[in-house]
Amino acid sequence: MDSFTLLAHGFAVAFQPFNLLYALIGVTLGTAVGVLPGIGPALTVALLLPVTYKLDPAGSLIMFAGIYYGGMYGGSTTSILLNTPGESASIVTALEGNKMARAGRGGPALATAAIGSFVAGLIATMALALIAPTIVKFALSFGEAEYFALMMLAFMTVSAAFGDSTLRGLTALFIGLALGLIGADGLSGQVRLGFGIPDLTDGVEITTLAVALFAIGETLSVAASKSTGEGKIEPVKGSVWMNREDWSRSWKPWLRGTFIGFPIGAMPAGGAEIGTFLSYSVEKQLSKKPEEFGHGAIEGVAGPEAANNASAAGTLVPLLTLGLPTSATAAIMLAGFQQFGLQPGPLLFATNPQLVWGLIASLLVANFMLLVLNLPLVGLWVRLLSIPRHWLYAGILVFATLGTIGANPSTFELGMLLLFGLLGYFLRLFGYPIAPVVVGLILGPMAEIHFRRALQISQGDFTVFVGSPISVILLLLAVCAVVIPLVLRARGKGKVLAALAANED
Amino acid sequence: MTQETPSSEARRPDRAALAIAVGIAIVAAIIAYSTATAVGGSATRIGPAVFPYTIAGGLFILAIWTAFEAMRGDFPEREEQQIQPVVWIVGGLVAQMLLLHITGFAIATGLLFAATARGFGKGPLWMTIPVGIVLSFIIWVIFAKGLQLSLPAGPLERLI
Repeated sequence: MDSFTLLAHGFAVAFQPFNLLYALIGVTLGTAVGVLPGIGPALTVALLLPVTYKLDPAGSLIMFAGIYYGGMYGGSTTSILLNTPGESASIVTALEGNKMARAGRGGPALATAAIGSFVAGLIATMALALIAPTIVKFALSFGEAEYFALMMLAFMTVSAAFGDSTLRGLTALFIGLALGLIGADGLSGQVRLGFGIPDLTDGVEITTLAVALFAIGETLSVAASKSTGEGKIEPVKGSVWMNREDWSRSWKPWLRGTFIGFPIGAMPAGGAEIGTFLSYSVEKQLSKKPEEFGHGAIEGVAGPEAANNASAAGTLVPLLTLGLPTSATAAIMLAGFQQFGLQPGPLLFATNPQLVWGLIASLLVANFMLLVLNLPLVGLWVRLLSIPRHWLYAGILVFATLGTIGANPSTFELGMLLLFGLLGYFLRLFGYPIAPVVVGLILGPMAEIHFRRALQISQGDFTVFVGSPISVILLLLAVCAVVIPLVLRARGKGKVLAALAANED
Repeated sequence: MTQETPSSEARRPDRAALAIAVGIAIVAAIIAYSTATAVGGSATRIGPAVFPYTIAGGLFILAIWTAFEAMRGDFPEREEQQIQPVVWIVGGLVAQMLLLHITGFAIATGLLFAATARGFGKGPLWMTIPVGIVLSFIIWVIFAKGLQLSLPAGPLERLI
C-alpha cells in the first residue's frame, strides 16, 4: 500500500469523535503553554503522561502530538507581543515580530506566523507521511550495531554539536547516562546503583526527571533571578488580516522556511532552533528590502515560524520510524509510547499501522484546528500573558507535583523530584543544557542493550560495529559532531554555534 | 582555546566550577565503586558492568576537563542569585513531601502553592494558604474522583 492509502486509513482513525476531542484538547493546551513563558511542550507532555495512563494509547498520543504542534504556534504569539519567547524555537520570531508589533503591525505579524505555521505544518506532515515508509523499509535492514551507531550519533549531535560549550553539553549527557544506569539492567536483570533502596529498582522515572528539570528547575531559576523579567505586552492594533503586500512578501519565506526546517528536524540533530536561525539569515540575504531587517521585516517572521513548525514535524520522522528521539519533547513522547507498551520504530508501522497513520492524520487535523484557534481567537491567548508571575509559577509547581503524585504517591518520588529540581536549577545557573540529560536517560539504556546484543551475536567480536557501511558512516558522523564544533570554537567561531543552541524543546 | 574576551582583567579560577569538577569526580567514583562491589552479573564478557565503568570513566575525564576550564575561568558569567526565594520554594516542596500522607493532598499542596507565591514576593500567607488549599482541593476532586488518579486523601478529602 502506498502512503496515500495508508493515510486515508489514518484519517478514519483521526476522525473518530474521541480522537478529534483529544486532538482539540492537545492543541488548546499546547497553544496555552506555548503562550505562557516558562513552560514548553516538553514539560506539558511530561505532566500529562501520568494523567493519561488510563486513557487509550491512540488518543493520548494524538493529544501529545497536538501539544507539540500547538506549543510551536503559541510560542510565536508571546515572542511577537511580549518579546519574551515562550519557547526557545521562537527566539528569532521575537527579533522582527516584536518590532512589527511596536510599529502597530502586530496583527499581520501574528497572521503571517500562524498561516506560515499552517503551511509549513501541512507540507511537512505530508512529507513525513511520504518518506516514513521509505525510511522504515531502510531501517528494517538495520541490525543491533547500526542502531548503536545511530544512537551514538544522536548523543553527540544533541549534546556536543550545538550550544556554547562541548564540555557542558557532554557533561549534561553523561549525567543523563549515569541516571539511566540506576535500576535493573535490561538484559541480565541485575540491579545497578540501587544502593539497597527498593524504590530505585525500577530506575529513574523519565517523567519525574523531566518535570523536575523543566518545571521545578525553571521556577527556581526564575525566582532566584534578580531581573523581574516583566516585559511590556504590545496591544494588537488594527486588523489581524494581512494586506496584499504582506501576502506577496510572506509566501516565499513560508515555503523556504519549510524546506529548511523539515530536513533539519528530520536529521538526528535535534532542536527546532537551528532551522529558524538558518531561515532568518536566508530571508535577510534574499529580501528586496534588507534595510527593514531589524525594524520589523515581515519575511523575518514568516520564514523562521515556518521553519520552526516544519522541524517539529521533522523531529517525528526519526521518532516514529527509528524510535530515536532528537529533542526533549520527542524523548518524553517516546516515554509516552513506552508507557503503553509500544516501541516506536519500523516494526510499529507493521504491527500497529492504525495507530501510526492515525497519529500522522491527526497531525493534519490538528494543524487546521490550530489555524482557527490562533487567528480569530488570538485575543484570548494574549490575556494569558497578563497572569501575574507568582500565581503562574505557584500553579506550575502544583501541577508538576500533581503529575508525580498521580503516577506514584510516595514520599520517595517527591524527594527525587526535589533533588532533580535542584539539579535543574544548578544546571541552568552554570549554563548546562537540559535536553541532553533527558535524552541520555532514555536513550542510554537502549544504546547499551543494542551494544551488548550486537556483541552477543558476533560472539564478542568488536569489529561488528564497523562491519557495515551504514554504521561506519554513522560513527564517523558522530565523531565529526564532536570534533568540528571543538575546532570551530577554538578558532573563535563559537558564537555561531552558541546562537544555534538547541536548549529546551 | 576559546574565543578571547575583551575584558582586560585577568580571569581568576572559578571556585564554584571547581566544586562542580569535584562533584562529577565523586559521582564517577561512586559509580565505579558500586559496580565493582556488585554481586552477581552474567558470565559473558560484555556483562552489566561494562557500561557503568565506561560512563564512570567518561565522567572522570569530564571532571578533569571541568577543573581545567574552571582554573582558566572559562565558565560563563553568572547572574547574582537571590537565595530567599529558593529557600521558600524548596521549603514548600519539602513541606508537601512530608505532609502529603498526613494531611492529605489538598493541605500539603496548598502550602506548596502559598510558599511558591511567597518566593515570588506574593503574600500574605494567611491569604495565600487558604487560596492554595481551596485550589488544591478542587484539583483533588477533578483528578482523584474524575480521572481516578490515586492522590492521597486527608481529613479535608474525607469530608466528601
